[in-house]
This record gives sequence, structure tokens and C-alpha cells, in this order.
Amino acid sequence: MKYVLLFTSPSDDTWQRLPEDRQTAIYGEIMTWWQKHEANGVILGGERLQPGTTATTYRVGDDLSVQTIDGPYVEAKEEVSGFGVIEVESLDAALELARSWPALCVPGEGVEVRPVFAM
Amino acid sequence: MVRDHSGALVASLARWCNNLDVAEESVAGAIEIALVDWRAHGIPDHPGTWLHTVARRRALDRLRRARRYADKLALLEATPSEPRAYDGGDDRLPLLFACCHPALGRDAQVALTMRAVIGLTTREIARAFLSSEATIGQRIWRAKHKIVTNQIPLVVPPVERRADRLNDVLTVLYLTYNEGHLSTVGGDAQRRDLAEDAIWLTRVVDRSLPEQPEVIGLLALLLLSHARQAARFDADGELVTLADQDRTLWDARAIEEGVGLVERAGSFGRAGRFQLQAAIAAVHAEAASYDQTDWPQIVVLYDMLKRHDDSPVVRLNRAVALAHVAGPAPALDDVDLLAPTLSEYHLFHAVRAHLLRQLDRPGEARRADERALSLTTNIAERSVLAARVAAM
Repeated sequence: MKYVLLFTSPSDDTWQRLPEDRQTAIYGEIMTWWQKHEANGVILGGERLQPGTTATTYRVGDDLSVQTIDGPYVEAKEEVSGFGVIEVESLDAALELARSWPALCVPGEGVEVRPVFAM
Repeated sequence: MVRDHSGALVASLARWCNNLDVAEESVAGAIEIALVDWRAHGIPDHPGTWLHTVARRRALDRLRRARRYADKLALLEATPSEPRAYDGGDDRLPLLFACCHPALGRDAQVALTMRAVIGLTTREIARAFLSSEATIGQRIWRAKHKIVTNQIPLVVPPVERRADRLNDVLTVLYLTYNEGHLSTVGGDAQRRDLAEDAIWLTRVVDRSLPEQPEVIGLLALLLLSHARQAARFDADGELVTLADQDRTLWDARAIEEGVGLVERAGSFGRAGRFQLQAAIAAVHAEAASYDQTDWPQIVVLYDMLKRHDDSPVVRLNRAVALAHVAGPAPALDDVDLLAPTLSEYHLFHAVRAHLLRQLDRPGEARRADERALSLTTNIAERSVLAARVAAM
């Protein structure tokens, strides 16, 4: 079964305020985690994204006009910071993998686990 | 009777066509037809078979309309869908585990279990939750859709995951029991007794997964709590607290069974929160009166319970017991420590009021009672608290 993991992070400077060696350590664990599951064939692909402030969004209003927004789709305390596409046996396997995401030790971090639409 | 058949039928149909949504809807539809047909023509000789035939036909109709199933349809029509023993156990157990999957929120788990496993109508569930049919209908639909889309299997989880998953199931059963037991008996003769449904289903789990101390503990807890049901409401439908209940109205047989189960669970030597709550209920059940209750034993049991469930409510209940052993002052100290987490919980203020009254601080007691009253949503409890405020 294919799932997408949507990684979310605090939109503010939570990460920047962490001691530098801690930031480096967590990023290191993330790299190791990613490479391990990629090698296993579990992670098919994915990307780390630039901050939401660098995004540009098109949104359609009720009057069908297309609005250009300077920023992400929704301004919120947390934003999507990356995603991964995975191939696993079951929901339970996807949940176990998501639960092991190394950044889940920083307040505000999150991982959404959503099934891919099977055509 | 519906309860006996519907869960097993949903389970076997879900296994047959591998779609919980279709299975549950088909059974619900068959039951609706049955209620009308059986009222007009009488109950058939084999009601289970009747329901199964109608539900299966409805399921095939629905699958026929979904193009995705076109190629599988011929196979399904040929495949039997009879309920059968699942690895020697009950077909409903895998269904129950699926309905209580941790990916579903607690409210969704409870609503879906009531629907698919117990066979309550959306209307009955809405009444239990004090919610609207539309809200409950959508909650159940979303839960089923999530199960189908994520292909959550209808299986008893493997041993390495079973303890956590069983904990979810037992919590759902406990919540189901609680939704029912605080409502007044009132005039509605048609009302489903959710408490009995929860006890019935817990027995099903115990039969299918024997020698599980927490399952036995939950069954004991529910039986011991339900044993007090006849004394819980007075002739006017008002709630009677434990201290004031007429113990001659307690169900001695249920108490005997419950106490026996507490001992049986204890023999496994693996304490858990439901066993300990049951043990506390057993101490109450065996006391001749509120004042003759073995309160020191209850405090000890709460200390043990805290190690498995260190929730503010457990600490609150421990304080109530402590008051009987060490007096109201140390109990009130313990209760006040819980203010940050329990300030919106009506029983927190009710307990404070009770202790303040004992410490001869009537002004503060009255204010606490008023606060409790303003926070409680249960009609029966409101009545008791209102009476207390009025009496001051």
C-alpha cells in the first residue's frame, strides 16, 4: 500500500532557537533514518521543503477569481516542511514507520499519514 | 435477538466481501426490513438465516453498482458467507478489534462498535451520546470509510501488538457501559440498555480471548457496578449517591460473580487498571454500609491503581477514600492540588464542596456546589447537585 507522510513543523523559530549541536544531531538522525528506509525500498521518494514563507499559492475564491497569495495555502502555527512517499504492507506498518520519525522530539513537529488514492 | 445476530453477521459479511462499509450497511438495511416484515408476518423460524439471506442480497446489489467490483462479483456470488468459527474464536472479535483501531478517535471507536458489533441504530447511538443523528451518522460513515480506505484488516492483532490493542477495546467497552448507566430509568420501555450490551460484549471477548486478566477485570468491574443499578435511582428518578443507596436492592448474584472474577483475575499476578478498579468496587460491594466500608483497603488499592493509571480522576477518587481514613483536611489538600487539571470537571467541585462542609466552611462549600452544578451536563447529576445547593 502506498502512503504519503506529510512532515509538519512549527512555522516560527522553534528550530532556530534549539542549541546548534542539537539541531545537527536531529538532522543527522533524519538523514540516517531516510537512507535506511530508502535502502529497504520502503521510502520511494520525497523532499524536504523550504519554509512556507518562500511559497506562492493560487487559490480560487467563491466568485471563481484566482487569487495569488504570498505564502503557503494556510497561515498556521505549523506548516508542511516535507513529504515522503512510502510503500508498506499495511496501515499499521505505515504508522509504526511514521512514529519513528526522528524529529518527533521537538514540540510542534508532526507527521500526517495519508493513504494514496488508488486509481 | 438482533444483538446476538447483527455483530456476527456484519463480521462474516465483511470477511466475505472484504468491505466493512458494505457489510455494515447491508446488515443495517436487513434489520430495518426485518423490523417491519416480522411485525407484519411474525418472526421466522430461523431469524439468523433470514437476516443473512437479505443482507447478502443487499450487499451483492450494492457491489454490483460499484464498477470496481464487476470482475469479483461472480466469485463473490459463488462464495459462501456463513458465519464460521474464526480460528476457534468468535467472528465478532476481529470486527471489534478493527472498530477499535487506534487510528480512529475514541468517539469514532465507540460509535462504530455500537453500530457494527452491537447493532444499535444511529438514533439509539445519538441518544446515548446526547448528540444528533446527523453528527453520529457522519462520524460512523467517516470511521467506516477510514477503515476501508486504509484497508484495516478484520483480524485479531498479532501477539506483539495485542496488549495495546486489547486496552483500546476494553476502554471502548467501558465507555459504552458508562454512556448507558447514568441515564435515568424513566418511562421509555423500548430503550436499549447499553450497560447490558457492554456486559454482553465483554463476555464475548472473555469467551474468545480467555485467560486475559484485564478482560476478566473489566467484566468484574461492569458486573459490580451494574449490581447497584436498582439502588441508583429513587422512585422519582433522582440519582442516589453511593453513601445513600439502599444496599438491600443490590444484586447479590451479580456481586458474587463479580467478586469471584476479581479473585480469578488476581490469580494471574498481572495487575492492571480494570482489575484494580474492580477490586475497589468489590470492597464497596462487600461492605454492609458506607461507613463500614474498608476505606484503608480502598486507599491502598487506589495507590496501586495510580501506578497503572495516574490520571487526575483517580487521584480525586483516592482523596475521597482518604477522607474516611485521615479526615477531610489532608483529603482537601490532595484535591486542591488537582485544580489546574480538573477545574472544569463538575465532580472535582462536588468533592471539594463535600469536604468543605465537613470542615465547617459552608460559604465555600456552597460556592463549590454552585460551580459543580454549572458544569454538569448529565440531567440526573444536575438534579442531585441542585438539591444540595437548594438545601444550603
